[in-house]
Amino acid sequence: MTDTLTPILTETWDLPQSWRLATYRNHGGYTGLRRALAMRPGAVIDEVKASGLRGRGGAGFPTGLKWSFIPQDNPNPKYVVVNGDESEPGTCKDIPLLMACPHAVVEGAIIACYAVGAHRAFLYVRGEVVHVIRRVRAAVDEAYKAGLLGKDILGSGFSCDITVHVGAGAYICGEETALLDSLEGRRGQPRLRPPFPAVAGLYACPTVVNNVESLASVPSILKNGAAWYTSMGTEKSPGATIYSVSGHVVTPGQFEAPLGITFRTLLELAGGVRTGHQLKFFTPGGSSTPILTAEHLDVPLDYESVAAAGSMLGTKAMQVFDDTVSVVRTTLRWVQFYQHESCGKCTPCREGSYWLVQLLKRLEAGQGQEGDIEKILDICHQVGGRSFCTLADGFVACVTSAIEHFRPEFEAGYHTPAWELLPYERSAKFTVAVPEPAPVIAPAIVEVAPAPAPEPAKPRRLGRRRGKGDAA
Amino acid sequence: MSGTSEDRHPFVSDYAGTGGIDESDQSTHITETTLAEMRELAARYPQPRSALVPMLHLVQSVDGRVSPAGVRACADIVGLTPAQVLGVATFYSMFKRRPAGVHHIGVCTTALCAVMGGDLILDHVCHKLGVDEGETTPDGQFSVEAVECNAACDYAPVMMVDWEFMDNMTPEKADKILDDLAADRPVNADRGAVITSWRNSERVLAGFSDGRADEGPPAGEASVIGLRVAKWHGWQAPMPKGGAAK
Repeated sequence: MTDTLTPILTETWDLPQSWRLATYRNHGGYTGLRRALAMRPGAVIDEVKASGLRGRGGAGFPTGLKWSFIPQDNPNPKYVVVNGDESEPGTCKDIPLLMACPHAVVEGAIIACYAVGAHRAFLYVRGEVVHVIRRVRAAVDEAYKAGLLGKDILGSGFSCDITVHVGAGAYICGEETALLDSLEGRRGQPRLRPPFPAVAGLYACPTVVNNVESLASVPSILKNGAAWYTSMGTEKSPGATIYSVSGHVVTPGQFEAPLGITFRTLLELAGGVRTGHQLKFFTPGGSSTPILTAEHLDVPLDYESVAAAGSMLGTKAMQVFDDTVSVVRTTLRWVQFYQHESCGKCTPCREGSYWLVQLLKRLEAGQGQEGDIEKILDICHQVGGRSFCTLADGFVACVTSAIEHFRPEFEAGYHTPAWELLPYERSAKFTVAVPEPAPVIAPAIVEVAPAPAPEPAKPRRLGRRRGKGDAA
Repeated sequence: MSGTSEDRHPFVSDYAGTGGIDESDQSTHITETTLAEMRELAARYPQPRSALVPMLHLVQSVDGRVSPAGVRACADIVGLTPAQVLGVATFYSMFKRRPAGVHHIGVCTTALCAVMGGDLILDHVCHKLGVDEGETTPDGQFSVEAVECNAACDYAPVMMVDWEFMDNMTPEKADKILDDLAADRPVNADRGAVITSWRNSERVLAGFSDGRADEGPPAGEASVIGLRVAKWHGWQAPMPKGGAAK
């Protein structure tokens, strides 16, 4: 029986200068690479396959299997691309990982290159995190100086280069084929598949795209063996992973645990829902996964069990919302996010997100019309599964699940604004001083005009958001 | 069916904010040095076009926006038309069509941050600076933008200053940050370096190191909370059989 929490990736995050090569090496860093370089590339793939490591970027596809898809008889160069475009609402594990321990990702990328026969990796990091980019670049520089990158790594004869590439603000670039287009200097728009990146990826060459956490998990698997990794987690979801808990809990943060921990346990470790409030709903794997409620507290958070409960483990990002939160407002804001981030390539996604936002806006304002909920569900039905990528499926999931669990709250939108049903300032983390009406001190003989009715809190910023890139 | 056509067709397809860069302002600070740096970026990739996004970051670090001259320079170096470069530049939200401020403030208003106070903070910051979302103050000191999820949900609500993390934001904390920046007092990011300027950050993003990776903590409190809980309980990952490989 493994312990409740198993810090592996997060183990060194509290050390001074945890991002430096010396710290990483003092804690066993780059021994996995040394071991890998002593093996045949095919044996490295087999080891990762045997560990059962599944992609941590959301889809959960087995990492070793993905590597084995790279055709070794293809004459083109092969590439490894690290997906560090973490932008899924709720997901906040790759960014701290890259900031605190970038060498784990660098080491994982070198091992991946060796395994698939690539000599070049690109580390794609989202742009809005400048300090993370400083740390990642510094780690790559240190690795070059230490002979861990470049020619003849550790005397093995194997050569590998890593280029750090920075994005410019586009959630869609977390989708692997959009990321490849972005890395080629184009608009980040998903490609039609097949061909899959394993056959025709970056520059139409065989390419592996792996999430940051997936690759960071590889060095310890090589160091300690696949059997060690499978001693954690469940049979079909082996290993440990970083769960991100955010929202209305006492101590939000990152918890590294074997797969299969329950949400109840995670919630307890995070200090529970903030004092005086109850859990209303949560996402198990970012906003693109159907929301769950208190009845799902004991669902084991592994890929199979969460799917059986009608959702997806996704990126293991629990956003916790308490009883002060309007589910209509939250759903609207999620769909606005997807509307903003839709790349515009596929009509169902581009148009569907706009139409849903408008319907949800009037439900939020208490101006919904009879039949709006059915119309929303109908649009969702028309939009889901009809695009090149799964961005639209993400907003369909959050809308349909929210209506499934909280339909009466949406129906209230036919007559009552959401901010009257659940005053918005109550869900803020800080106390908001609601201005008291100024006391009227007037001599009795003066006729006082009746005070105007206090204005209801307005929905914030809705309709005032600008289009992509227009700010400033 | 009754009522006006407005009632019957109350929905619009609203593509606000589409449009190109400001061509009316042709000024630029791009020099031969900038062009040489752009070529250096292009040489870092198997195909020069891959450097387009980094090059546009560099243009912003020099001109404070995506300038027409910057677009032409990128097009020349990577062998595209200016229209193709614009097609890329206008796709990404970090590329500014009008000059951003010395300091660029981003307030996260995606769902979780929004309900935890992000909406209130955005209003507060806009009100304090006297601008609307998406605008720059007349003195060019600050620009404000509502940003989408910045991968810091465990520190919600989050504010970014020149793309550095300002965690667990409150209106009071935002006031202090803005006052200190306006008075040129040093401001530390919660997880990052001392704030300098948005243009300096853009230069780092373009791919030119400022040698400041060692500033700031390894991680914030929330990032290590699980580690602390594990240590307190004495929990750890299982030992490999026969010990770890040396």
